[in-house]
Amino acid sequence: MPLSSKHLLGLETTPKEDIKLILDTATTFKEVLERPIKRVPTLQGKTVVNLFYENSTRTRISFELAEKRLSADGVNFSVSTSSVSKGETFKDTIKNIEAMKIDMVVVRHSAAGTPLYLTQLCDAHIINAGDGIHEHPTQALLDMYSIREKLGKLEGVKVCIVGDVGHSRVALSNIFGLKTIGAEVSVCGPATMIPRNIQDLGVKVYYNIDEAIQDNDVLNVLRIQLERKARGNFPSLREYHRFYGITNERLEKNGKDILILHPGPINRGVELASEVADGSKQIILQQVTNGVAVRMAVLYLLGTQN
Amino acid sequence: MKIALKNCQLVHPLQKINKKSNLLLVDGVISKVGNLSAEDLKNAEVFDLKENIVVPGFFDMHVHLREPGREDEETVITGCDAAAVGGFTGIACMPNTEPAIDSAEVISLIKGKAKNHLVEVFPVGAATMERKGEVLSPMAELYDAGAVAFSDDGVAIKTARILKTALEYSLMFNTPIIEHCEDESLAGGSMNEGITSTFLGLPPIPSVAEDLIVMRDILMAEYTGGKVHIAHMSTKKSAQMVREAKAKGLNVTCEVSPHHFTLNEEAVKGYNTNTKMNPPLRTQEDVEAMLEGLKDGTIDCIASDHAPHSLEEKEMEFELAPNGIVGLETQIGLALTELFHKKVLTLEQLIEKFAINPRKILHLPICKFEAGETANLTILDLNEIWSVNTAQFKSKSKNSPFNKRLLKGKAIGVVNKRKMFFQGKNLEL
Repeated sequence: MPLSSKHLLGLETTPKEDIKLILDTATTFKEVLERPIKRVPTLQGKTVVNLFYENSTRTRISFELAEKRLSADGVNFSVSTSSVSKGETFKDTIKNIEAMKIDMVVVRHSAAGTPLYLTQLCDAHIINAGDGIHEHPTQALLDMYSIREKLGKLEGVKVCIVGDVGHSRVALSNIFGLKTIGAEVSVCGPATMIPRNIQDLGVKVYYNIDEAIQDNDVLNVLRIQLERKARGNFPSLREYHRFYGITNERLEKNGKDILILHPGPINRGVELASEVADGSKQIILQQVTNGVAVRMAVLYLLGTQN
Repeated sequence: MKIALKNCQLVHPLQKINKKSNLLLVDGVISKVGNLSAEDLKNAEVFDLKENIVVPGFFDMHVHLREPGREDEETVITGCDAAAVGGFTGIACMPNTEPAIDSAEVISLIKGKAKNHLVEVFPVGAATMERKGEVLSPMAELYDAGAVAFSDDGVAIKTARILKTALEYSLMFNTPIIEHCEDESLAGGSMNEGITSTFLGLPPIPSVAEDLIVMRDILMAEYTGGKVHIAHMSTKKSAQMVREAKAKGLNVTCEVSPHHFTLNEEAVKGYNTNTKMNPPLRTQEDVEAMLEGLKDGTIDCIASDHAPHSLEEKEMEFELAPNGIVGLETQIGLALTELFHKKVLTLEQLIEKFAINPRKILHLPICKFEAGETANLTILDLNEIWSVNTAQFKSKSKNSPFNKRLLKGKAIGVVNKRKMFFQGKNLEL
């Protein structure tokens, strides 16, 4: 069964069947990753451009590895967004890349909607690797994969996304994907980090982290982006940690088994205390491993579509 | 030269005229209204208007000509051509050119370029030097050179202090200060703040950014007695505040742009950069408040906020694309379709918003249907159904979200300055 869309732009419009198909396919690829020779010939002869207009280390490496393990030819193209205003337009860049006969583009960009714009400019399959504060679908898929792997299911699981939800593409993709698959989604953070009207998405809002811990099976703890502090969305890291940081004390006080996810990189001592970041409830490194498998699944399902 | 406009439906809200009649123009001046004799028609070029509507010339008080500075996007002449096709005999052009309209020289340059065009151009002077909100522009000198109002459009006048000064200074010439109402500290986003901006992941502009400055400006109009004109109003709360200010008899007027009464924020889905403008498209509730404000007279005028941008500037990632759309050639069609045919406004009310009120606000003469008046007319076909085609725009720029939209009603001609543009042809009268 193929995916219903030619691209993976976001989870807002991705149907349940497609999400399940990606997660199930990722299970197969995870097995490949356990082999001594971690490579299959599935995408031999296919060319994937990793078009990164924004700094990224782990997402780019994860995609690169996924491409290599599927035997695709991956090419990296990194540009700083600032050069856009001076030099070549995005459109011209894309036309140039397309002229080199490529099959897929993995795109990361600081401006929301750029992956959709890309689909209007070229014929390749487009995979969104993060656009502004809009979506980061493969991150949400790997989060969902990791939860399902650990808890055996996603339907009915209570997941709370903690942190700067309003400026997080990880949060939005998780909300869309988890809602579609039938999980219960909530968000927790200081009011300045929760978008207006988020309840309209069918999402519960907590301002109190202890209540969030008590009510939920999973915490997906977002990275506090330190540059946001300059914008005054919260008073200090100290205050954030005191009221929203996940500590062992807080987890024990609320006396509950809970699964902790984090998309990385971690700010130790801010959103996660070190003892939690290294503790038994977190699955942060499994997420990283699963990320490669999930991205292999997406590349495979799109790359073999025609 | 003598021309006869036969079988017109003359409509003039100020003269309380709405009747079938004929007009005889001699050398661009109305010489007779009513039945035309054989003598009248002798040597006259006769145009049968087939009961189409003739009204006082329409005026767009919010146009961005890009000259001087960005002649690749629009010049005075291409902007005037677009205005004529769109049905306007006069426009006011905003001062955010490069350099800004903060010297008499720039005003002379613009007026000089427009001198021989049918469409009259009335520059709006910058309220402060380089529109920076720090030092008052030489307003008296600009007024003398032909400025009809003052504005830092693109932004609100930066501080309450300089706004107060500008309003007080403008009392000497009785001109309005036109304000782009947006609190600077809340500005900078890409679309209206709400559930749609969350869905799209676009940095938001809260509606309160507009409301705050509307409130400030109303208070300042009251305090100083100066005239404030709110440009491109877009929020329900702003409309309510203006309504209350008018009820108190304050010198506050306002305009709305066609996109703010036809489109809501959902149009941004799909990230079409031609739905990016400032103020942004708001909620459906705001759209309805604009219709209500037009209906009850809170909103005085319709103005396009015609903002040309080159294709390469708009063909861009949404967040990086500039704000604004062109509007001169679509706004009468949009207004007739959405306001007149949907019975939001009567034809008389629509003429007030397009011809009477903007000229009143800027203290410009309004053509009457009387012998001896210089003909300054717009001719409307209320029922022609047409499809917007941006490729055919006279404007140098094509950035419109209304391409391919089907509209009912359009301007088919304009007469002004002894010139006539009718059914695509230019005539010297």
